[in-house]
Amino acid sequence: MITKEVVENVAWLARIKLSEEEKEKFARQLSEILEYFNVISKVDTSSVEPTFHVLELHNVFRDDEERESLPQEVALKSARESEDGFVKAPKIL
Amino acid sequence: MHLNRLTCHELVEMIKAQTVTAEEVVEHVFRRIDEVESKINAFISTFKEDALEKAREIDRKIRRGESVGLLAGIPVAVKDNICTRGKLTTCGSKMLSNYIPPYSATVVEKIEAAGGIIIGKTNMDEFAMGNSTETSFFGCTRNPWDLTRVPGGSSGGSAAALTSDETVLALGSDTGGSIRCPASFCSVVGLKPTYGLVSRYGLVAYANSLEQIGPMAKDVLDCAMLLTAIAGHDPRDSTSAPRSPYDYTSAINGDIKNVKVGVPREFFAAGLDERVEKSVLSAVSILEDLGATCGETSISYLEYVVPTYYLIAMSEASSNLARFDGLRYGFTAKCDGDWNEVFSATRSEGFGEEVKRRILLGTFALSAGYYDKYYLKALKVRTLIKREFEKALAKFDVLVAPTMPILPFKIGEIIEDPLTMYMMDIDTVPVNLAGVPSISVPCGFVDGLPVGLQVIGGFFGEEKILKVAYAFQEHTKFNLKKPEI
Amino acid sequence: MPIERSEELGVKIGLEVHVQLTALKTKLFCSCSANYRGMPPNTLTCPICLGHPGTLPVLNRKAVEHAMMVALALNSSISPQMFFFRKNYFYVDLPKNFQISQYDKAGGAPLSTGGWVEFSVNGERKKVRIRRIQLEEDPARLTYPGTITSAPYTLVDFNRAGVALLEIVTEPDMETPEEAYFFLQKLRSILEHLGVSSENMQGSMRCDANISIMGGARVEIKNISSFRDVRRALQYEIMRQKQLLRRGGVTKQETRHWDEDRQITVSLRVKETESDYRYFPEPDLVPVKIPEEWVSKVASQMPELPDARKERFISDYGIPEYDAIVLTSSKKIADFFEECCKLYSNPKKIANWIMSDLLRNINETGMDVTEMSITAEQFIEMIKMIDEGLISGKIAKRVLRESIRTGRPPRIVVEDEGLLKISDENVISKLADEVFREFPKAVEDARRDRKAVNFLVGQVMKKTRGRADPDVTNKVILSKLEENRAIPSRS
Repeated sequence: MITKEVVENVAWLARIKLSEEEKEKFARQLSEILEYFNVISKVDTSSVEPTFHVLELHNVFRDDEERESLPQEVALKSARESEDGFVKAPKIL
Repeated sequence: MHLNRLTCHELVEMIKAQTVTAEEVVEHVFRRIDEVESKINAFISTFKEDALEKAREIDRKIRRGESVGLLAGIPVAVKDNICTRGKLTTCGSKMLSNYIPPYSATVVEKIEAAGGIIIGKTNMDEFAMGNSTETSFFGCTRNPWDLTRVPGGSSGGSAAALTSDETVLALGSDTGGSIRCPASFCSVVGLKPTYGLVSRYGLVAYANSLEQIGPMAKDVLDCAMLLTAIAGHDPRDSTSAPRSPYDYTSAINGDIKNVKVGVPREFFAAGLDERVEKSVLSAVSILEDLGATCGETSISYLEYVVPTYYLIAMSEASSNLARFDGLRYGFTAKCDGDWNEVFSATRSEGFGEEVKRRILLGTFALSAGYYDKYYLKALKVRTLIKREFEKALAKFDVLVAPTMPILPFKIGEIIEDPLTMYMMDIDTVPVNLAGVPSISVPCGFVDGLPVGLQVIGGFFGEEKILKVAYAFQEHTKFNLKKPEI
Repeated sequence: MPIERSEELGVKIGLEVHVQLTALKTKLFCSCSANYRGMPPNTLTCPICLGHPGTLPVLNRKAVEHAMMVALALNSSISPQMFFFRKNYFYVDLPKNFQISQYDKAGGAPLSTGGWVEFSVNGERKKVRIRRIQLEEDPARLTYPGTITSAPYTLVDFNRAGVALLEIVTEPDMETPEEAYFFLQKLRSILEHLGVSSENMQGSMRCDANISIMGGARVEIKNISSFRDVRRALQYEIMRQKQLLRRGGVTKQETRHWDEDRQITVSLRVKETESDYRYFPEPDLVPVKIPEEWVSKVASQMPELPDARKERFISDYGIPEYDAIVLTSSKKIADFFEECCKLYSNPKKIANWIMSDLLRNINETGMDVTEMSITAEQFIEMIKMIDEGLISGKIAKRVLRESIRTGRPPRIVVEDEGLLKISDENVISKLADEVFREFPKAVEDARRDRKAVNFLVGQVMKKTRGRADPDVTNKVILSKLEENRAIPSRS
């Protein structure tokens, strides 16, 4: 059901580089797992709404009041690389 | 005297009465850590100097007659997926093996405000994905009751630290049983609160709509004390319930006469180890002897809970873990390519196998053409399961069941077979799907291995489950038994 | 660019406008200041907008209210319940590698759906329908050393990450680049009048355009950063597609990038082209219920909108509709007009001066209306100087142009350049005498020929650099000619 190509596609969407072996292994495992998970298709949910939130809360807000931000050094401290206050990221193309 | 062996409620009295100092308590705890940690591997990091300094400050306050909090001077171990400012927070993963958060979780701030002393961060399954602590980048934690066996997961480090007296209190997180499973396997108490009772701000998200931070302790009263310190509304968490702080210890009084206890038959079906079943059923008899009215009930759809849980959890996880790309924090791969290549290499090297598996599955379940069939379908089945609990808990005050269908297994025994691992969660995940609270309390031993009894309540029914758990504990005293390490 | 053949071409243009809610003090989901312009990079961030693990979003109530005002102003139906969704994709400008946004499928409900904007294009009325309006968070700002294609690395500033954005999506109802331009003008005027999006702040209104011609594939153009560029980009794209079709080619559905420097669109795979965003409801946020009472409360607090203001200008100031439309095309001009009317009781005169001189000069300098520094007081002062005869109307036009160009107030320009009108007959008389001496032939001709009289008047004007009162000059010259008549001419 889940082929190696599907795994490649999904791995791209998730930005995880996989080796050929991993692709094959995951294809097998994902197929097996999803085949089992498919059992939920047997449940009659025709008159049921999905539960997105188990607690029925709504309209939770905050006021438009400023709070202090992090100092620049702290914001950049864990970054991969920084330069002149910017986070330095790899090239786009 | 080994102060580290005492409970929070005992120590708090002694510290306030100044018969012992907080500093001594912390010293005893660290002595014990030095003694056994190499065998147990419960901690990823510890903060001895910091803890001693905080302890001394508590002692100074007490001597000056200043008011100190509910947990004054008590050592608390915190699961390593809960952010502690300025201190390593790894989530058991290579991806965050160097991550030091610039902020603390709300629960951490609350514990510190209550005078609790964070002594270290405990080991866990990577990003909370697992039920054995075997997927941790920092090696597996060993079950103090049998060092060849798993302590359960994903809060395995917290549970092991408690039962080996390496800490007095601990925090865990529970998405699909991650507090209750290790509590059961290590013979300690662990409570998953009602969804929304405890703030998730600062909990590194695995599955947002399912998880809660919860208290873990050596006995039920301690558990209630820690819950009191951490529960309550947090404006920084939009899914936080509008509940005011409450003293959960007030519910603890040992009398469960006429409490209605439901026993859902589906939890006692095939797949349940006979010895565990026997242990749990005798627990039910004990509850009856104590005056409770026990009756059989039903929670349908149990055969669907594992797929339902995993489809939801993995989908949410695939999105929650997308932020780990090495750019702003965390591990980053040495790679000269463009951003796509760097991100992909980082995530390939930084994540372990189980995490990758769940991210791939979750991504697939949300993708075009599959969203309705998997994610949305699972959310509908979730509604049915939630209703089942509502129905049953309308007739009963609490429900009881085994926490785990098996005894603690050997390290390496199941890890290679994901599906088998997932099936182990069958008794714990329905609780997360319904959002209701549940506590696991020691239920005895079989062949020297711990069994856990799960007591499940209705929404915000923490008092009732604590009450029943306490009564059971006081009668059986399983909490007093300690492993020989 | 001739537009008369647009119907043949079957041009369909839709716009996706991203408007920053700049009147908010804080970001959409955290309490960092949203006032990032001019700030050093990464100084307005927190664990939440940096996407640190364990952080959670909390919705800014005011952002919802500002968004509701926009929906009301655009006649859009506010959803009784709205949800936030995650739009999942990877990019260096996304701190979480997903954007909290809204969706109108899979059970999602954005802030509002439907609506329209009416505006004028070259005197014709046009209506463009709105498809939906939604709230979402802005990504971080990227800069590159060099161009996006050649840069060896990217610089990221997260100050902008998390700022509240309103995405306004139109139906493809526009048929020419002009219409797109005027739509945006009208939209901006509405937003300014609402006070939710301030003036011409750099990047506060970004636009992606969709265009198809002759029923062909839909091309999306991204990276357009000004209204003028929207028009240019669309004009370019129409031309490009026409040429392609003429050569027998076929347009393909793609995303193109507007290259501001070269003024062309380029096909560029900058971001992920696959559109599998795996939308699902944001689990960390709860639904927002918007009951009627809340909508009514917001509606009652809304400022006057351009169309209503236009009507009021017509009825209160008695100016024609065309004038009213022009004057309400931007809040600043409309405010300016009303300020002027408080100081001077001839609205039509004010309107004329604004339309024919003020706006024209602003356009010519390439400035934006919001950049002009002349105040209502200064403007009226200038008009009063004409009334009092201190300067001529013609001089005043020059003064206004100088004032706009240099930013100096009109009175200062008049003083600096000595432009006060000369009406003193003695002064003019002396100058006329000089002119008569310099141009004897013209004086001869002037006795018969009106044109020569004008020439002489003109020369006096030239000597005074236009300051001489033309009527007085004319009178003086005519009377001098009369005098000279008395002297017999030699034959």
